[in-house]
Amino acid sequence: MSRPSPRSDLAMRWAMGTFKDRNRTIYTLLIIGVLLWPSIADVTTGGSGNHLVSTAADAGVYVLLAIGLNVVVGFAGLLDLGYAAFFAIGAYTYGLLASGQLSGSPLHHEFHLPFWVLILVAMFVAAAFGAILGAPTLRLRGDYLAIVTLGFGEIVPRVFRFLGAGSPIGNWTGGVNGISAIDPPHLPAFISGPWFGTPIQVVSPFDFSDSNWAPMDYYWLIILLVAICIVLVTNLYNSRLGRAWMAVREDEVAAAASGINTVAIKLLAFSIGASFAGFAGCFYGAKLSLVSSENFEFIVSVSILIMVVLGGMGNIPGVIVGALTIYIVQFFVLTNLPDYAVAFSNLVGLGFLNQSGPGWVGLHDEVQRLNYIVFGLILVVVMLIRPQGLFPSRIREQELEKGTAEEAVFDVREASD
Amino acid sequence: MALLELQGVDTYYGRVQALHQVSMTIDEGEIVTLIGSNGAGKTTTLRTISGLTHPAKGHVRLRGKEISWLPPDRIVTLGIGHAPEGRRIFHRMTVRDNLFLGAYSRNDGPAIHADQERVFELFPRLRERRQQIGGTLSGGEQQMLAIGRAMMSRPKLLLLDEPSLGLAPILVDTIFQVIRDINKQGTTILLIEQNAAKALQVANRGYVLETGRVVKEGTAKALLESPDVQRAYLGI
Repeated sequence: MSRPSPRSDLAMRWAMGTFKDRNRTIYTLLIIGVLLWPSIADVTTGGSGNHLVSTAADAGVYVLLAIGLNVVVGFAGLLDLGYAAFFAIGAYTYGLLASGQLSGSPLHHEFHLPFWVLILVAMFVAAAFGAILGAPTLRLRGDYLAIVTLGFGEIVPRVFRFLGAGSPIGNWTGGVNGISAIDPPHLPAFISGPWFGTPIQVVSPFDFSDSNWAPMDYYWLIILLVAICIVLVTNLYNSRLGRAWMAVREDEVAAAASGINTVAIKLLAFSIGASFAGFAGCFYGAKLSLVSSENFEFIVSVSILIMVVLGGMGNIPGVIVGALTIYIVQFFVLTNLPDYAVAFSNLVGLGFLNQSGPGWVGLHDEVQRLNYIVFGLILVVVMLIRPQGLFPSRIREQELEKGTAEEAVFDVREASD
Repeated sequence: MALLELQGVDTYYGRVQALHQVSMTIDEGEIVTLIGSNGAGKTTTLRTISGLTHPAKGHVRLRGKEISWLPPDRIVTLGIGHAPEGRRIFHRMTVRDNLFLGAYSRNDGPAIHADQERVFELFPRLRERRQQIGGTLSGGEQQMLAIGRAMMSRPKLLLLDEPSLGLAPILVDTIFQVIRDINKQGTTILLIEQNAAKALQVANRGYVLETGRVVKEGTAKALLESPDVQRAYLGI
């Protein structure tokens, strides 16, 4: 009898697991989706799928952000309404140190540090600001903490906007114009594989913004970053630290009495969570080649929070699905909804609704006006149907099951006595 | 030297003074009980010892070392385990995870497993339910888990806050038996109880608290026989 090689054995166990373990199923589907996406994009658009691939890379940024916020909100239970601030800090760190921006500042010197260094720098800068925000707020909890983080989220973009031309300490951030012409990532050499539609060849040096490769190279870069972060955060979740976060979330007094340094644990949650946003911000600045304070408003923080809550707080695959779902709803469904509505009304013979008239702007514009109401309705309906999120963590699920079972068992016991 | 010594401790909750000049000593190997009515300051005394609340005045010394301003996690590492009021187990985690969190302050992997075994020997019910979620345990099992979790830090001194509260009489006996066993294995115990008669039966010595002050102290036997204590707390 031939024994299967260890490698195929691994693949076998992975595949068998798909039927048992929901999270593994999600990961498997995500991997398949990621691998097929460029081809799907090309096929469905007849060879011009670059736009879709680029959008997917942007969605990846939100996946990173959701994974990071999940550490703060899902693991440690600290409500953070200003998470976009760390995203901004990451993006500005990269923007300032990898563009001509600082030549106009009082420093009179421009920096062009490589992306691969700055992604770590951005991570640490964001983590440091996470600790700075965390330190004074540690005595607060729940609503109070949320308000302070909300304030932080409002302050940071305003500071970046204020430090432009005409600020008392000079032009650092470009103010309302933001920072443009940011360097793309470079690699000394790269093998351009078959996925670029070219034969395998070594490209040297490799420039990410080169239109021969972009946005496909950004797509694979963000996939790599997301994969690294998933591994990191999964290990964190299963570590001592992860368990301590869970304990603090459940009962801070009991956690302290069990020997957990709750202050350090919460600070770590803030800074580690923030470091993911720094990571994401760096990529975002590099891909867009532009950073502007408008891109980090309150609505961004809220969107990320919705992704985490709707996906299933605390559960990493759930949060990823949540991020993708909300991204698709916001940037595909809602933007195309007016067109869908027009097509639908034509189809069912209500075409007259499409004409504008007195007191009626036409179905297309009307639906566009109602965009955010539709978004709100979608959120309300989803949370009514699945209050625990789309794919909640096992712990939350068991808790919900327990809620119905506990009392019945108790009654039976009492009666038999 | 006494294992634990409180000297002239004043503790406040905001502006309300909960403890007035509380002094007590606990020697190695003893079971000491605090008795008193609701609001007498028993729980506050325990919280002050374990660092969950800090005293405004006075000293808390563990083997002569001042610990009154240390954070609770440091105090756990120094050897004081606290099973807090109302059990406060982690409801969403399994029994095993609860126990492992009790050992959070330690880094010695194999010894932690040995100690988990020890807890399971004290409470066989917990072994049966080790994969179960804490919130689904009965009240008695949750109390066992709370004590077991506190034991996982290998305390020299174990603080137990009302371990028999809300339990069926048969379970109360089990819990008190285990308290004796834990003490025999070398852990000093400071016990708060509503059930003063039971507590004084297992304890070596006791302190009576009234409105935040120590009003009486003595051996358990003396307190059991004291007319004041009998009238106020033993219902005789």
